[in-house]
Amino acid sequence: MKILVGYKRVVDYNVRVQVKADGTGVVTEGVKLSANPFDDIALEEALRLREKGVAEEVVIVGIGPADLTAHLRNGLAMGANRAIHVTTTEAVQPLTAARVLLKLVEKESPGLVIVGKQAIDDDANQTGQMLAALWDRPQATFAGKVEIADGKATVAREVDAGMETLDVDLPAVITTDLRLNEPRFIKLPDIMKAKSKPIDVIELGSLGVDTGDHLKITHYAAPPKRSKGVMVKDAAELVAALKHKGLL
Amino acid sequence: MSKILVIAEHLDGKLNSATARAISAAAAVKPESIDVVVLSDAPDAIAAEAAKIEGVSKVVTVARAENKHALAAVLAPQIAKAAAGYSHVFAPSTTFGKDVMPRVAGLLGAAQVSDVMTVQGSHVFTRPIYAGNAIVTVEAPSDHPVVATIRTASWPAAGTSSSAAPIEVLSLDVKLPSHTRFVELKQGKSDRPDLQSAAKVVSGGRGVGSKENFDIIYKFADKIGAAVGASRAAVDAGYVPNEMQVGQTGKIIAPELYMAIGISGAIQHLTGIKDAGTIVAINKDGEAPIFEVADIGLVGDLFKLLPELEAAIG
Ligand SMILES: Cc1cc2nc3c(=O)[nH]c(=O)nc-3n(C[C@H](O)[C@H](O)[C@H](O)COP(=O)(O)OP(=O)(O)OC[C@H]3O[C@@H](n4cnc5c(N)ncnc54)[C@H](O)[C@@H]3O)c2cc1C
Ligand SMILES: Nc1ncnc2c1ncn2[C@@H]1O[C@H](COP(=O)(O)O)[C@@H](O)[C@H]1O
Repeated sequence: MKILVGYKRVVDYNVRVQVKADGTGVVTEGVKLSANPFDDIALEEALRLREKGVAEEVVIVGIGPADLTAHLRNGLAMGANRAIHVTTTEAVQPLTAARVLLKLVEKESPGLVIVGKQAIDDDANQTGQMLAALWDRPQATFAGKVEIADGKATVAREVDAGMETLDVDLPAVITTDLRLNEPRFIKLPDIMKAKSKPIDVIELGSLGVDTGDHLKITHYAAPPKRSKGVMVKDAAELVAALKHKGLL
Repeated sequence: MSKILVIAEHLDGKLNSATARAISAAAAVKPESIDVVVLSDAPDAIAAEAAKIEGVSKVVTVARAENKHALAAVLAPQIAKAAAGYSHVFAPSTTFGKDVMPRVAGLLGAAQVSDVMTVQGSHVFTRPIYAGNAIVTVEAPSDHPVVATIRTASWPAAGTSSSAAPIEVLSLDVKLPSHTRFVELKQGKSDRPDLQSAAKVVSGGRGVGSKENFDIIYKFADKIGAAVGASRAAVDAGYVPNEMQVGQTGKIIAPELYMAIGISGAIQHLTGIKDAGTIVAINKDGEAPIFEVADIGLVGDLFKLLPELEAAIG
């Protein structure tokens, strides 16, 4: 079985993103970029399935600008067999990402697609579900545990009420939650080895996907700030302050 | 004029209060009508609850055995079909809405607006990105229905109406897939208030130190009648189950009182609580970032302070 993994590059989760003063976007110049944390989890899960013998090949997919190569090399160094780089200069929204992934699914016929539950830049939480809809295959979102046997995936999902388990036929789309696994660190020798692994470069325009139906982002604003409060010196003062506000 | 369809979220035969919050957001569009659809194997009691919510024009029920559990792959084709004639389809941005709505959007070929915070016009909304570090204004195309999830912490629950809206049975001729099967739901059973709708929430972080130590958080929460939440670090360390995580990738909440105990205040955590009325922080590190957003801060050891607080409350 082949596993396709969504591998998006985003502003690193440690960066406190700033909105540009003129409201046209956020500041990205000189800001650290990293793999979307949920996508590292997706890749780790795929690698573990390969190590267990459930899968033979792990292919990472990045849709984005030309300089995505270094990011994809990191995924290859982590252990992916090869990468597909779909190039575009435009920002890619989830519906377009799903349509692109569908094209790749049609070309590659994977048994499983694993993507992050959300990209921490747009926080959309849509692409996996949209792909599953377009592909007309099962989805198991927010996965906390995945087991594959007999052409089926049994997935425990982190839902508001607790843990829900689903049984889905393969091929299927799984989206990862935080506790699915802890991604491995990249080792130096693997970075060297990754240099010879293949990256297929495909121009988005050549795939013939509809890139319309977009949301138009007309303005970016900083969130309203909470003002700094007061410090109290002990438990009695805190209780008095809460009683004063009618909260106790 | 807009006609809005709101998807009812329910569990164990009861309507989830997040639905009434999505109805508030629907009302902000100033539509001609707001209909609620209940997909279930036994929708009647849920529909009766939904019919009593202020602003609801009518409730439609889709009763099918396959709708016993909320499986996105089963519900989405029915919702996409039921959406015909509506300008908007809304659901709360809970794990239910996040799971099913993009699948509906995919079937309709529509972009989705996730986590609607405000309604600026029938097709213009604001929503958070980058863990709430930026708020964007987005315009949805008008040639497809607007598919949106509603950030529940941004909206009050719509009130109760004096007269119940009519309930109609809808039969949809949709073939449903059998490739997705429900196995089980392990619910965290608790007598405490529900984290997502509680007026008071007490959360513990890595500073609590262990699963056993978390009892001190539960005990204090019970003393003040609060729900209990946690940081990601506390969940990852196994102190508490995942459904207690508050933050960017957990639950976004807006209680009147939020108490962060032994939580440093990472941006991913803060984004889940920024709509709280009053934030109280207890942390032994006076430099912890949580104090930058706390309305009331107290520096000290939680194991000493929590018993003192209980005593002071009396
Ligand atoms: C993709 C991604 C998504 C994330 N999503 C979330 C999310 O949804 N929610 C979330 O919470 N986090 C999330 N995080 C994690 C977040 O970045 C932080 O790591 C996490 O919030 C830290 O939890 P904490 O404050 O409990 O732990 P720490 O940062 O370790 O802080 C513990 C605090 O406890 C204090 N302390 C220790 N002992 C005591 C004592 N005896 N008395 C009083 N104080 C004490 C310390 O001074 C310290 O400030 C996410 C991270 C990533 C990368
Ligand atoms: N441009 C992209 N390149 C690669 N993967 C993507 C891209 N956009 C979305 N994805 C995948 O879809 C997941 C969810 O993204 P989103 O729906 O934007 O929150 C991400 O975690 C990725 O795995």
